[in-house]
Amino acid sequence: MENSTPQPLEKTSYELSQPGRQGIRLPDPDVPLTDIPADLCRTDLDFPEMGELDVVRHFIKLSQFNYSIDKGFYPLGSCTMKYNPKINEDMARLPGYAHVHPLQSQGTTQGALALMYRLQEWLCEISGFDAVSIQPAAGAHGEFAGILMIRKYHIDRGDVKRTKILVPDSAHGTNPATTSMAGLQAIELPSDKNGDVDLDVLRKACEQHKEELAGMMITVPSTLGVFEEHIVEIIKIVHEAGGLMYMDGANMNALLGVAKPGELGFDVMHYNLHKTFSTPHGGGGPGSGPVVCNEKLAPFRPGPVVEIIEEPQDEDDAPLYGWVMPDKSIGRLKAFHGNFGMHVRAYAYISAYGSDLPKVTHYAVLNANYIRARLKGTYLMPFDRMCGHELVIEGHWPDKAPGVHALDISKRLMDYNFHPPTNYFPLIVPEALLIEPTETESKEVLDSFIEAMLKIAEEAQNNPDLLHSAPHITPVKRVDEVKAAKDLVLCCRPTHIESAEAQ
Amino acid sequence: MSYIPHTDADREAMLKAIGVDSIEALFDAVPEKHRFPVLDLPDPMTEMEIAAEMEALSRFNVSASDYAIFLGAGAYHHYIPSLVNHMLLRGEFYTAYTPYQPEVSQGTLQAIFEFQTMISRLTGMDAANASHYDGATALAEAVTVAMAAHRDKRQKVIFSPTIHPHYREVARTYHQNRAVKFSGDRSGTATMVDLADMIDDNTAMIAVQYPNFLGQIEDYTEIIKAARAHGTLVCIVTDPVACALLKSPGELGADIVVGEGQGLGIPMSFGGPYLGFFAVKNEHVRRIAGRIVGETVDGDGRRAYVMTLRPREQDIRREKASSNICTNQGLMALAACVHMTAMGKQGMRRVAELCWHKAHYAAQEIGKLKGFSVDTTRPFFKEFVVTCPKPVSEINDELIYHFGIIGGYDLGKDFPTRENQMLLCVTEMNSKDEIDMLVAGLRAIAAGELHDGDHHHHH
Repeated sequence: MENSTPQPLEKTSYELSQPGRQGIRLPDPDVPLTDIPADLCRTDLDFPEMGELDVVRHFIKLSQFNYSIDKGFYPLGSCTMKYNPKINEDMARLPGYAHVHPLQSQGTTQGALALMYRLQEWLCEISGFDAVSIQPAAGAHGEFAGILMIRKYHIDRGDVKRTKILVPDSAHGTNPATTSMAGLQAIELPSDKNGDVDLDVLRKACEQHKEELAGMMITVPSTLGVFEEHIVEIIKIVHEAGGLMYMDGANMNALLGVAKPGELGFDVMHYNLHKTFSTPHGGGGPGSGPVVCNEKLAPFRPGPVVEIIEEPQDEDDAPLYGWVMPDKSIGRLKAFHGNFGMHVRAYAYISAYGSDLPKVTHYAVLNANYIRARLKGTYLMPFDRMCGHELVIEGHWPDKAPGVHALDISKRLMDYNFHPPTNYFPLIVPEALLIEPTETESKEVLDSFIEAMLKIAEEAQNNPDLLHSAPHITPVKRVDEVKAAKDLVLCCRPTHIESAEAQ
Repeated sequence: MSYIPHTDADREAMLKAIGVDSIEALFDAVPEKHRFPVLDLPDPMTEMEIAAEMEALSRFNVSASDYAIFLGAGAYHHYIPSLVNHMLLRGEFYTAYTPYQPEVSQGTLQAIFEFQTMISRLTGMDAANASHYDGATALAEAVTVAMAAHRDKRQKVIFSPTIHPHYREVARTYHQNRAVKFSGDRSGTATMVDLADMIDDNTAMIAVQYPNFLGQIEDYTEIIKAARAHGTLVCIVTDPVACALLKSPGELGADIVVGEGQGLGIPMSFGGPYLGFFAVKNEHVRRIAGRIVGETVDGDGRRAYVMTLRPREQDIRREKASSNICTNQGLMALAACVHMTAMGKQGMRRVAELCWHKAHYAAQEIGKLKGFSVDTTRPFFKEFVVTCPKPVSEINDELIYHFGIIGGYDLGKDFPTRENQMLLCVTEMNSKDEIDMLVAGLRAIAAGELHDGDHHHHH
């Protein structure tokens, strides 16, 4: 036992609970009662008992311990933390969307089906692909779909030995994890000194695994924030070895109207609607990870998907939409049809930009390069070239400020009221800080972030303790992660023990 | 430009700082042949126009706000206290991301910690994670945990045929390239005793649903006994709303409990986003996929929360991770957390009791109708099976057209032996008047008394 009980920022609901107190009241039954056999029932439920106002204050207090986009700049690389328009929230809550049951008949859900169909069409148009399934619930889920589709495509052709997937060492962790989860083997490819795929290494790997190559997963622009210069060549090499090309679409915010992955030669990719199309991140989901592909892979999509069942009879008529299972589908990836609420928000978002959508990418890339230009010279940069929608810098000065790490810079940024960039990813850059400003931030916001970064660079040399002990103004100081894993407390203490201790 | 704040002057100043003269010049690395393709998308719209168009489109859907609904089958129309939505709309919650930086994420972290606690207590397990995509994917991941618990030395997983058909399908999709053999559910008619007999030393896990897909409470005694004898893990798929009233799956003997948390404050929303939950006995905690929040202290010795057991996860373990899951249903877990806290110990039980009484009233009344019979061979919770005198789809068409009622689920679609059987769901949201109208509607439909012009509802 610890010597003293640590003081909480806010007590848990279990600690705030008072026996007999009631929150939401429910009506008395308006039907004759039916006995509930006691042997089926539980005798107790250890749940909090709080008044409604206390519940509200509890969660409002918790909310105030969070940093969020609505509060300030959130340049978390590879996560695309852009503004989440409020209208999108209102749309998703319209009763005609929010209170529709997923198993209602086709005839009673034409509005939802039309919305999903149009979104499917837009996602194909934006990516240059032929077919789509919006069922996957997150980017990782879409990746999983794509790799299962590639595997099933090979099996369908009798090419059963193809079980290996090439993954650059700069990839998101989900890529190799997805490969294993799909029952395939990931082969890691080292990057060259510019952070690109090394073409010689790629050719050798393709030659070595020629018979067993299922495909390759690659992120464009890469996780280093740069556009792979030889992308068309890479695709050609893998195709010639009989593999298919998977594009991780996490960085689509850098490609809208700039390049269509389908036209570049990719076979399949996933979107992250919660990144590129601004459906909120929600403190860690829900997301949505539609998978788009070419004709070759279309029969293998997860389903069902929305299609037009009957074309309209005349111009004023609407088509009849319905559910169709692609004929060689990998199967269902989720109960029902996907994260429809996220589809509604993405639909509202794409509607706002429409044909102006390329501007999203233009300004996202402008913002990232502006930060890059202004931090250059103060921060080490692994590559001296134009970046995409994010930039990677090195968060250390081995000569001038030994002992200062990327994590210290991140924590110190909190004292300047900014959310830190992504730390220690990509893995191949030492002390990486991955900064993604997004297009929705104004020049003034970027300038104040840049000023903070320059100031921190000075502090790192003149007063490094300020960084080591940061953050200073946050609700809690640096937390003891080792203790959390060692002592493993995953639940509140039972209320009856709390009251026993109090006596 | 919708949500982009730049003025022309900003843009020019920024381009100058970068040292290029146009935005186009930022994209020189993209192969010229493929650079700047045309996007064939509609004209941009203002907020006003978007609201009008999307509101109009939403009216092509029949919704439970205008119609009485008796459809469940894995998605439920339960009451959502007003404050739930108010909390979800706090930008501090919904515009934050995964709490990688605990110093600025204590709100999300503590809410998840409280969510984990309430899920553990409801299910009778020791620990729960921060969520999965939905109940179906949680079951698929339970298979992975069970395989790992046996170090991949056992290949067999038995599914009860009364697990939600989508869930069983998703588990098969997930494991299609792996050495797992699913059995038990193919014929659709295996009883609990049959399933218990199938358990052997090669069985990694047996999964059942409680209450099952048909709403019934089955007796798992034999299954659990056989599973114990063979070292097979027992996974119970459950409805958390029912768990507030019924014996917890943990009390019944489950090792892993998964399920769909949509009934805890999340709207039906045409199938998502929902909330998969995943709870286990202590010995399996280190095998769970996904985020887990633990309690610890900060540098000043104050209580703090942090994502823990991180080395299990994809961003660290990469190809050796058991799952690729990262982002999942954080905000939905918050909804459930607020909902469960606001309902509290008494409210949770009250909702479950209301479901019980109303469903039983409906079943009794429908059972009295000529041509209909209600399956009462087993106790049931809020759903029950009705054998109808006509195809279910015909009855449902008439219910909606003449009575403004969204009818039950057509079981013949998934179970060939259950043609003309309807799965009806009654929750605390269905008033006695609605139930009586459903009964009157079924009576009239069976008697063939209705004509095209008759509308009995006034929505």
